[in-house]
Amino acid sequence: MIGFQRFLLGAKDMTARRGVLASLMVAIVLAGCSTPGPGEAPDGIWDPQEGTNRRIHDFNRRVDERLLKDNGTGLSDGLPQGTKLAVAGFADTAGTPQTIVNQLLQLRLWRATKNTLRFALNTTVGLTVMDPASEWGLVEDTSDFGETLAVWGLPEGAYVELPLLGPSTERDATGRVVDLFTNPISYIVPAPERYLGPAANIADKLISRSEYSDTVESVLYDSADSYAQMRLIYLQNRRFELGETAPEAEEIDPMALDTSGF
Amino acid sequence: MDQFFTRRHFLTIAGALTVAAPLPAWALNDSQARGLVEGLVGQVNSVIASGKSPGAMYGDFERIFRRYADTSYIAAYAMGADGRSASAAQKKAFTDAFTGYISRKYGSRFREFIGGRLEVQGVRAVKNYYEVKTMAYLKGQAPFEVTFHVSDRAGKPLMFNMFIEGINMLLTERTEVGAMLDRRRGNIDAMIADLRKAG
Repeated sequence: MIGFQRFLLGAKDMTARRGVLASLMVAIVLAGCSTPGPGEAPDGIWDPQEGTNRRIHDFNRRVDERLLKDNGTGLSDGLPQGTKLAVAGFADTAGTPQTIVNQLLQLRLWRATKNTLRFALNTTVGLTVMDPASEWGLVEDTSDFGETLAVWGLPEGAYVELPLLGPSTERDATGRVVDLFTNPISYIVPAPERYLGPAANIADKLISRSEYSDTVESVLYDSADSYAQMRLIYLQNRRFELGETAPEAEEIDPMALDTSGF
Repeated sequence: MDQFFTRRHFLTIAGALTVAAPLPAWALNDSQARGLVEGLVGQVNSVIASGKSPGAMYGDFERIFRRYADTSYIAAYAMGADGRSASAAQKKAFTDAFTGYISRKYGSRFREFIGGRLEVQGVRAVKNYYEVKTMAYLKGQAPFEVTFHVSDRAGKPLMFNMFIEGINMLLTERTEVGAMLDRRRGNIDAMIADLRKAG
C-alpha cells in the first residue's frame, strides 16, 4: 500500500501510475475478501462487523437528516425536466468510458463494443447530454471494478457500510478504490473539465434523492430497522446486477409454509 | 448514502399490488399466470391514471391487493418463525393490519411510476409456481426488471412474491416485521398496533 499512498501524494507520470495500479491489484488479491463459514450468513447476509457498520450507518443517517431530509421534492420540482435529463445524460456519457474499460477487463467484448458505439453516438448526435443511443436499442449498461472482481472470481466478502457512500461489500469497496484510477477521461481530459463528469454524477444523485424523497425517507426514517433494510436491499440488488446467488440462499416454496390462521 | 438509491431501486418499494380479470379455478397454466400479471399492470395503471388523491388511491390499492394477492401466504411468511407462537386471533389481526400496511407503503410510491409502463416479457414454470417477468420503462432511465411469482396454492392463481431488480418483497417485509417485533421485545399485539399506523 506504500505505492498507493505515494500515488495519492501526487505521482504524475503515467508509468508510475501504471506501476501503482499493478501493485494495488496485487494488494487486493493478497488482501482477499472474507467468506462466511457454514451457518454464518442467514438469509444470505454475512456481516461480521455489524457493530461498526451500524455506527457508520447512524452517522450517514445524521448527515442525510441535516442536509437532505424534509426538502421533499423541492430540488427536483424546481428544475425543468430538460435540465434533469441533461444532467443524467451527461453523467451517463461521462461514465461510459470507465464502463468500457471494465467490460474489457471482464472480456465482455460485445457489451464493451455496444457501449463504445453508445458513447460515440451520445457524444456526437447527443451533444453529450442527450441519449439518442437508447432510441437505437443501445440502452444504458454500466459496470465498475467491483463487477470486474466478481467476474474474476473474487468472493463478495463481508457487508460494509461506507461513510457518506453507504452500503457496500468488501469486494465492491475495493472496486470503488480501483475505479478512482480506471476512468480514461481523468487521464485524457485536462483539469478542470475532467471534474465535470463526477460533478454531474453527484448532481444526478442529489436530483434522484429529491425526486424519490418519499421512498428514500420511508426506508431511512420510517423502517423499524433502517440499517437492516438497506443492507438487505443493497445486497439483493447488487447480486441481481452481477447475476450471483446469495450464499446459503433459501428457496421460497409457496406450498411449504403453514398458513393456517393467517 | 444515497449512492445506491438510483431511480430504478425505488420501485422495490413501489409495487406490490395485483389484479386481474376474474379467473376460473383451474390448475394454473402459463397463460393464466401471464393473465394475472397483465391484469395487475392494467389495474395499477388505471388507478394511477385516475388522478385521485393519494388517500383514495390507497383504498383502491388495498382492494386490488386483497383480491388478487395471496395475502395469507405473504402475511405468514412475513411473520416467519414468530408466527408459530401467535394465537389464531393474533394471526388474523396481523394479516389484516399487514394488508393495510402493504397497501399504504407500496401504494404511496406509485407517484414515482406516473408516465411509465410495465410490459410482460415471458412466463416460466419454476417447480410448483410460475415466474412472470416484466420490464419497467420509466422516463429518463434504463429499463429494469420486475418479476412476479404466481401460484394456485389457494385454489386460484394469486401473486405471492415480487422482485424488483432482484429485491425480494417477502424477504424485505419479513426483515421489517422482525425488526418491529424486536422493538416491542417480541410483543405481538404491540407490533400489530404499530403496523396499523406504519407504511
